[in-house]
Amino acid sequence: MISRRAWLTGALATVPAALAARPPWAAEPNHARQRQRMVAVIEAHARANSSAPLPYPIAWIVLDAMTRVPRHEFVEPRYRDLAYADRPIPIGYGQTISQPYIVALMTNLLNIGSGAKVLEVGTGSGYQAAVLAALDATTYTVEIIAELGEKAADRLQRTGYTSVETRVGDGYYGWPEAAPFDAIIVTAAASHVPPPLVAQLKIGGRVVIPVGPPFTIQQLVMVTKNPDGTTETRQLLPVAFVPLTGDH
Amino acid sequence: MPLAAISAVSAGALAYELLLMRLYAVSQWHHVAFMIISVALLGYGASGTFLSFTGPWLRARFRLTWSANAVLFGVTAVFAFGLAQRIPFNPLEVLWAPSEFLWLGAIYLVLMTPFFFAANCIGLAFTHLSSRIGHIYGYDLVGAGVGAAGGIVVLFTFRPEQAILAVLGLGLTAAAIANFADGRRAGLRGLGLIAVISVMLAVAGPERCSTPKISEYKPLSAALRLPAAAIVAERSGPLGLVTVVQSLKIPFRHAPGLSLNAPHGLPEQRAMFVDGAGMSTIARWRGDDPDALTYLDFMPEAAPYHLLHRPRVLVLGLGGGEEVLRAHYHNAHTIEAVEADENVLRILRGSLTDFTGGRFAADKLRVHIAGGRSFLAGTDARYDLIQLPPTGVSPSGAGGFAENYLYTVEAFERYLGRLAPGGLIAVTLPLKLPPRYSLKLFAAAVRALEGFGGADPSKHLAMVRSWQTITLLVATQPLTVAHIAALKDFARARSFDLAYYPGMPRAEANRYNRLEEPHFYDGAVALLGPDRQRFMTRYKFDLHPANDDRPYPFDVFRWRSFHEKLALRAQGGMGLIDLGYPILVATLIQAATLSSLLILAPLIVLRGGGAVAQGRFRWRVGGYFLAIGLGFLLIEITFIQRLTLFLGHPLYAVSVVLATFLVFAGLGAAVASKLIARAPDSRTAERQAVLAVAVLALVGLGFWPPLQDALMASPAAIKVPVALAFIAPLAFVMGMPFPLGLAVVAARAPALIPWAWGINGCASVIGAVLAVLLAMELGFTAVVAIAAVLYLLAAWSFGHD
Repeated sequence: MISRRAWLTGALATVPAALAARPPWAAEPNHARQRQRMVAVIEAHARANSSAPLPYPIAWIVLDAMTRVPRHEFVEPRYRDLAYADRPIPIGYGQTISQPYIVALMTNLLNIGSGAKVLEVGTGSGYQAAVLAALDATTYTVEIIAELGEKAADRLQRTGYTSVETRVGDGYYGWPEAAPFDAIIVTAAASHVPPPLVAQLKIGGRVVIPVGPPFTIQQLVMVTKNPDGTTETRQLLPVAFVPLTGDH
Repeated sequence: MPLAAISAVSAGALAYELLLMRLYAVSQWHHVAFMIISVALLGYGASGTFLSFTGPWLRARFRLTWSANAVLFGVTAVFAFGLAQRIPFNPLEVLWAPSEFLWLGAIYLVLMTPFFFAANCIGLAFTHLSSRIGHIYGYDLVGAGVGAAGGIVVLFTFRPEQAILAVLGLGLTAAAIANFADGRRAGLRGLGLIAVISVMLAVAGPERCSTPKISEYKPLSAALRLPAAAIVAERSGPLGLVTVVQSLKIPFRHAPGLSLNAPHGLPEQRAMFVDGAGMSTIARWRGDDPDALTYLDFMPEAAPYHLLHRPRVLVLGLGGGEEVLRAHYHNAHTIEAVEADENVLRILRGSLTDFTGGRFAADKLRVHIAGGRSFLAGTDARYDLIQLPPTGVSPSGAGGFAENYLYTVEAFERYLGRLAPGGLIAVTLPLKLPPRYSLKLFAAAVRALEGFGGADPSKHLAMVRSWQTITLLVATQPLTVAHIAALKDFARARSFDLAYYPGMPRAEANRYNRLEEPHFYDGAVALLGPDRQRFMTRYKFDLHPANDDRPYPFDVFRWRSFHEKLALRAQGGMGLIDLGYPILVATLIQAATLSSLLILAPLIVLRGGGAVAQGRFRWRVGGYFLAIGLGFLLIEITFIQRLTLFLGHPLYAVSVVLATFLVFAGLGAAVASKLIARAPDSRTAERQAVLAVAVLALVGLGFWPPLQDALMASPAAIKVPVALAFIAPLAFVMGMPFPLGLAVVAARAPALIPWAWGINGCASVIGAVLAVLLAMELGFTAVVAIAAVLYLLAAWSFGHD
């Protein structure tokens, strides 16, 4: 798939580039500004949805992490101009990199602090893992599609998130050697909650699962492990929406 | 020129329409019949405009230009689909990037090309061989009828991408026939040309060009991306492409809504897909390890087995056979399954016998090959449980415009009628927040129960939900205390929530899979209460139950709340929008824009002077041809949708209805030509024909339901001729208003003929899409009534002079 906008932008971008060959890092301030704007949009969305059944406001450490992670490094070059746009972006193999606001919501929902141990099932582009790493979480991530997993590992290395442990394989069984985890995020399609993941969760820890077809989040499912080892599941609509008119 | 050449082109064009519908069902969308018909009409309309400018030049070189168009038709038919597939249109992205609609427009343009060339052939023949116009009509229509039927027949043996070669063959054959008539030399020249083209195409690999590339976002693509995943069985037929995939390295582990309390894992599974979607699983089980099937009891679908003892089970939709296995696990007394597509059964009884332990063998499982409703209409058997597996909903809601007769009020009435006393219907759907499909289905069940022996629906219903799926239970008799106790035990042991049971307190509705509010319970109670109508009016999704006149159980779109949902899409609210309706509206805008640009605009720009001179009469002409163009397509498309239930599948309905309309409308047009020859400016015939259409359409639709009920269980050998006889008189008169009206225009203001042609073409393109949109909003009866009013307006617009 060829992005028309990316192609056009790419073509236009060659003009100034030809006039003054700038080193790659020279573009960084521009991306930093884009990230600031992205985070402002996330905050605006969160404010507008403050009555949604989700923790509000989004923790500043999450927003700060997202201000630092170079999202443009985690999308295909042809989509780079859309990297900070308020939308999900295809990354190939029928997968997408989630809309920034959804990444913020899910990360916030994990409720983790510095030093937490987090498992991600479904590495995808690697962006979510980078955000977790930027939160100083010890991050383990598993991807089932080898090509995606290898690319993501490479990106994480290249962008300096070298502490992220990556693996290509079946995420159903989690990462037993590194268990237990404070939080687990399952971004791969799951028809049910894999019991091994619950087993590898610490007491009080959370599993967060976004549910919906590509490009859409229908609901967020959050499984919390009780002190007696049982679980509690919450199903959260990621938006403030009352299905009846007149009930606002 | 031998007129058989015209038959060949017409047959090719109609067969191509049907093949495109199949190819698109596999590669992208679930149900695009209306769009393909609209695309074909756009090609025909654009050709009319093209010929009105280039006709004399083309006619002067008739043999060459005719043959060239026939060859181009065949060649572009092969490559148009391949090219359209390269256009990066992604329906899932449309609300993130509305520019995606430009790609949809590009697909329209590419796909209309073969139809444009086919229409050039027909149009050129009409104008060049005008003395034989009656015969040309005949050959054209016979060809079209054969093509519509043949397009289906070839799909029994060949895959659609292979069958497209027959379309190519028809185009080339037409060119050859046209050349042979003009002597040996021309014939040899024609043959030489065709041989060269054939070799070129053989090298290019036409089958490869037309092989549907399944969207990367479809479940089959996802399954095949797994390491060491491979297709182990595949069968293609008119009803779909059935594919079975095995994944040796990463097990599928598909069990939507499986309880976390399930004590055992899942057995090895293979995944079955129909048209790359609708995943169901086939479990490896040979009767040796009962624990391997325990998971089946830990899904919401198992609930009815805890209320019934050794039930006689009927499964509507065999799929991979999971429901059959569940019935077996629960020691059902008898198990029968109904499956529309025989290829599903052939696969299960064929190469997968070893994997399944032969449990689908004819002596072990009774499977009826039929549509669910047709089977139930023809059986006297009684069942204790009718189970509908979780199919029919597309995750994005993009299938909202697909008619589905298994979840309508009438369907529930039939199911209740086939159950033994104390029997249950169980329907499972994917769970969506806020609730919509499940509550719409609940409302349909309530409506059906109200007409079922004076039942109090509130005592006959129950719902149980996991975090992924929700199962609705509908009982023929009030649920007893024992039933409710069993249901509670079932749910508690699995940490499932009860969304409704008779007498349920609200506090019980939200224990394990907690929602912010118990919306499912609140909705169910409201739908059973005195304020049901008010609740449905205030709800932001359309919960009015689907019925056979408006069979869209998965269309919950509401204009009133669309703006709010659209505004919330970037704030995590994209899941609130079901894409079917917006895609349909966009397609309508697209069709209107393209048809105006390609058909009408050239006529206005280049021929406008003559038309303007005609003053008020021009508007009457415009009104007449707009009304009959829209009216024709509204009736035709509605009859396709209405007869889908009777004939068992949309593609069968398209084939039978299109063929009948073409042949009999053509006959009507031929008779009209004779009337014109007698009295060229007679408005009496035109007015009578238009009035006859209005009356026959309304009367026909009124007669249809009892006729359908009486013959629902009949074999296709009876159903098809009945459908044909039912449509034929209406189609016959519908063929008359166009030529009769054109004759009036020709006699009074010949400069307006291209106008009339163009407006009619535009109206047809728009009408094909508008018919579906109106049916979703108002129902089939209302659409036909609108069409009748349009025909009456047409009569008035000419008669009022």
